[in-house]
Amino acid sequence: MRRTFKAAIGAEVATLALLAGLASAQAGSLKIESWRNDDADIWNSKIIPAFNKHYPDIKIEFAPSAPKEYNAALNARLDGGTAGDLITCRPFDASLALYQKHQLDAVDGLKGMDNFSDVAKAAWQTDDGKTTFCVPIASVIAGFIYNKEAFAKVGVSEPKTLEEFHAVLEKLKKDGTYVPLVMGTADQWEAATMGFQNIGPDYWKGETGRANLIAGKEKLTDPQYVAVFKEIASWAPYLGSGFQAQTYADSQNLFSLGKGAIYAAGSWDISTFRGQAKFAMGAFPPPQPAGTTDCYISDHTDIAMGVNAASKNKEDAKKFLEWLTTPEFATIYANALPGFFSLAKSPVKVEDDVAATMVGWRQTCKSTIRNSYQILSRGTPNLENELWNVSAQVVNGKLTPDAAGKQLQDGLDKWYKPAK
Amino acid sequence: MPRAKLAGLLLFFLGPAVAIYTLFSIYPLVATMALSTYTSDPSGARSFVGLANFETLLGDALWSKPFWNAFSNNLIFFAVHMCVQNPIGIALAGLLSLPGLRLKGFYRTVMFLPTMLSVVIVGFSWNLILSPLWGVAAGALKAVGLGSLFAPWLGLESSALVTLSLISVWQFVGIPMMLIYAALLNIPEELIDAARVDGLGHFRIFFHIKLPLVLPTISLVSVLTFVANFNAFDLIYSVKGALAGPNFATDILGTFFYRTFFGNQLQLGNPTMGSAVATVMFFIILVGLCLYLFLVQRRIRRYAF
Repeated sequence: MRRTFKAAIGAEVATLALLAGLASAQAGSLKIESWRNDDADIWNSKIIPAFNKHYPDIKIEFAPSAPKEYNAALNARLDGGTAGDLITCRPFDASLALYQKHQLDAVDGLKGMDNFSDVAKAAWQTDDGKTTFCVPIASVIAGFIYNKEAFAKVGVSEPKTLEEFHAVLEKLKKDGTYVPLVMGTADQWEAATMGFQNIGPDYWKGETGRANLIAGKEKLTDPQYVAVFKEIASWAPYLGSGFQAQTYADSQNLFSLGKGAIYAAGSWDISTFRGQAKFAMGAFPPPQPAGTTDCYISDHTDIAMGVNAASKNKEDAKKFLEWLTTPEFATIYANALPGFFSLAKSPVKVEDDVAATMVGWRQTCKSTIRNSYQILSRGTPNLENELWNVSAQVVNGKLTPDAAGKQLQDGLDKWYKPAK
Repeated sequence: MPRAKLAGLLLFFLGPAVAIYTLFSIYPLVATMALSTYTSDPSGARSFVGLANFETLLGDALWSKPFWNAFSNNLIFFAVHMCVQNPIGIALAGLLSLPGLRLKGFYRTVMFLPTMLSVVIVGFSWNLILSPLWGVAAGALKAVGLGSLFAPWLGLESSALVTLSLISVWQFVGIPMMLIYAALLNIPEELIDAARVDGLGHFRIFFHIKLPLVLPTISLVSVLTFVANFNAFDLIYSVKGALAGPNFATDILGTFFYRTFFGNQLQLGNPTMGSAVATVMFFIILVGLCLYLFLVQRRIRRYAF
């Protein structure tokens, strides 16, 4: 018996030694954690080879998880000490928490960080703005993508105001060939991100309203927020039949198969549509509500990259991060993935026409980020989760716009006490 | 047998199972319970708080409302399984065990097939079947003149949970069917023959002879269903996501736990609170099992032939 036990221990030791050997063999290579599993091809065929032209000795493996599981999987791997060297950073609190737990290093000292404006870095900084812990990569812009053939057939043009927008929807509905507006509420986030956050900035004046909300000077029960809910509630008659059970993938398919006319979009959809849709596409920014002159767009800082504080190969990881700050990377990334717009100051030429249109809105409209992202989703109930739920319910006609604002503000009041 | 040798044998045969079971089942369970008595601050440091997490979970409306909502949804989920899955399972097993039925093996396989599919595939397929955009459900109903009955069932608060429960029933009906079928095959032919000689038909043989004899198996199936249902998570997550919409109509304890422990989108995971939820789930299942053991299991009479 005892001999068996000893043999078992021997086997154990041998296995451990083997594992240790494997671990040490990995030094000199880098592993990237990411939620963008859709982009694995582009990383492997374009981005990593471009980097290897400068540093042929550094081996990089792009190891993405599914977007839904990314936060959970990453946190588990970081806590367990098995996470990759480079960590793709979600904006704001998810990454801030990692920095506070000493799982991400500060990146202020990196060469090239001055290629980013303060706004670009804001999503990956401590609340006082003194320390940055991820290198900004890209932002995404919300708006509406439309089927040019559908517009030509019905005889309408890009709407500038909400009034025109409704007129276009009405004409499309009368014509009956196309689903006038493609958006579903089954996954809930579409109604919040492509509905509420898409058209909302025009109502709350972008950054001004966002800052006021954080400062406690505005409440989600104020008329400008309730009006956004009223607007998205009015979309229901123009959505596809059974939109309550229409998932995000359904929406993408419906539009790319040419069955829908207008798609409530995030710019990240462009690359999907490029691969599938056979018709000409155009894009217009959120139509202006009556009585407004300035326009605002949701230009949301979305992706950045930092270095795992427990990485064994920080030197190489830093080289990679420094390369991410260069115009070379910005150009490759923006064109390989049209719809993800570089946050760098250096100008980037975007070749895709729809993507170029969307990024062009930055010239005429003021950029803002989603108002639930900074600080306001820190407590329980979580404002972003609540926003998904109430936006979907408002579109479904299950919750009035006033009740929606009240539910959000009540939730926020439970834990958020801004200095007044 | 000398004592030492017996101990050695015991260790040899039971040791590996005990070791693995302890390492992967008992230790995590105890660790989870321990973790539920802690709280953590932003830097990740943990401090002991005793039962405070449970007080929050059951006493603070912010937590108790979604918790009881998930619990009652779970009861509905379980009720649908008990009322639909098990009777269908028994009926199918009864039909399969009829003497002289042809293509038995084929039916058995077809009905057991969904059980072996991945939940993600099942969720995806039914999402497509029931989709108001491309699903065949709307067309099929229209073909028999019931088109007006169609609704986006998975997207409505009133019907989403029952629809998901029925999808789960469809997937797992093979398990009660097989267990009960096996029990039916164990009934000695002499009993059935005697009943037939007494002039009973198939129906009465089933209800008066076979069913009472397989009752122990049926109660075992019920308790398996109970445990599986209160641990359920994957189907809801794959079809509706962690927010279990619309408006938490499909939220069950599993998804509530997942959201709490791992977080969702901007909501950060809260492992200590999540452990409290997991511990409460464990006790719910434990209480259910104990009730079953004391009230049902002890009264069941088994027949030996």
